[in-house]
Amino acid sequence: MATTYLSLIVLIPLAAVVWRSTEEGLSGFWAQVTTPESSSALKLTIGASLLVAFINLVMGTLIAWVLVRDDFPGKRIVEMLIDLPFALPTIVAGLVLLALYGPSSPLGVDLAYARSGVVVALLFVTLPFVVRTVQPVMLELDKEVEEAAASLGAGKGTIFRRVILPSLLPAMLSGTALAFARSISEFGSTVLISGNIPFETQVAAVSIFGQIESDNITGAAAVSTVLLVVALVMLVSLDLLQRWGSRRG
Amino acid sequence: MARYGLRTIALVYLLFLLVLPVALIFWTTFADGIGPVIDALTTPSALHAFKVTAQVAIISVILNTLFGVGTAVLLVRHEFPGRRTLNMLVDLPIAVSPVVVGLALILVYGRFAPMGGWLADRGIDIIFSLPGMVLATVFVCLPLVVRAVTPVLEEIGTEQEQAAWTLGAKPWQAFRRVTLPAIRWALAYGMVLSLARSLGEYGAVAVVSGRIKDQTQTLTLFVEERFQNFDQQAAYAAAFAMAVVAVATLLLITLLRPREDDR
Repeated sequence: MATTYLSLIVLIPLAAVVWRSTEEGLSGFWAQVTTPESSSALKLTIGASLLVAFINLVMGTLIAWVLVRDDFPGKRIVEMLIDLPFALPTIVAGLVLLALYGPSSPLGVDLAYARSGVVVALLFVTLPFVVRTVQPVMLELDKEVEEAAASLGAGKGTIFRRVILPSLLPAMLSGTALAFARSISEFGSTVLISGNIPFETQVAAVSIFGQIESDNITGAAAVSTVLLVVALVMLVSLDLLQRWGSRRG
Repeated sequence: MARYGLRTIALVYLLFLLVLPVALIFWTTFADGIGPVIDALTTPSALHAFKVTAQVAIISVILNTLFGVGTAVLLVRHEFPGRRTLNMLVDLPIAVSPVVVGLALILVYGRFAPMGGWLADRGIDIIFSLPGMVLATVFVCLPLVVRAVTPVLEEIGTEQEQAAWTLGAKPWQAFRRVTLPAIRWALAYGMVLSLARSLGEYGAVAVVSGRIKDQTQTLTLFVEERFQNFDQQAAYAAAFAMAVVAVATLLLITLLRPREDDR
């Protein structure tokens, strides 16, 4: 029964997308993906997502570290705020970012209708992923091993690199992969701040939306299929990462 | 010293990315006092958007709860071929773009698709009406309940259920009296997450609803439509309302999580 439900809602519709995209054969599919508009949207999406994933890898780990090892007044509130991007509707996220970093920015920073605006929007919605995957692993870390390393004369950098980093790595990479997958597929938060300028700030999801609106369903299905393939690759690598992590742990 | 450095970097990053934008929306919404906010939220269109959002969210949460518990029990308690695949497929909606979800549903349930056409001949419209929006919302929220309940089911094991069975309880009785109480907090956590996600879904609903004002317009679509029509006050007011719901959700989640740790 669960399988039927899953098929009706998820599998059959997704299969229909792939089916539709190859309606005119593989060459037709390729022609749709490589139209100037689609290919520039895909390139921007992948480039921005890679950048966002990398920033998340660094900042997410850093934030998790501060939340686990540091103590300061208001930590509980920060702890709660981390999840806000998950709870906040994406369109609201886009609106709030446009309010702060848009044309009427009180800070005088105008990122609206620019690629940097897209990156900020993606950073906002993907913030919790790395923090939330790294944090539990960091909590489990055995401080004695670090102390042992320190007593054997290891410096702080060496301890982090040789003792802490290896045990955190699977979680860090899982979180980064999740953030990357989310960035690739993000729609709501980018639609307002990007201004939806083809060849300039239009990300893949927004481009698909435009193609659906203008009734170019085959083109929309082709770009969607590319996103679906990326999503599947991410899921499989996450599964592998989890196995790697549990073997190490 | 390094400690303060890291702390400062983390907090400044969060300040500019998270705190300032969200604080600003509260500020902008109430720039002209509370009167215009109430006016903007009580227009017929806004009230209708509230109603549609509530309908879609409630139906989706109910469906997802039933399916989520069923699937979690299936994944944890039963061995069957394809279990690992099913386990992976459950996560698929997290990685699929909401717009792709919408397109996928149109291709199957749209009026010109075989299945959608068959249903339309019998007077059931899926796309551009409520059922399609529910389908889209169910799709994007699919993993939330399953993933909240699965770890708890794994942890509690089957001993108590088996004890209930040996005492003559029927499977349904054992589930209701033994399993359900054990997973209730996890289930509540998953349901709160689903509810928040259902209320806030934008992309998938934007595609399948057809965005017909006063008919299939949810709150998120209302925000976008008002914003594009330069009605900032209404856009911000509705966004503010949703932000309040988001913060309430966070509080609920924080309350529900420690209970899990205590057990």
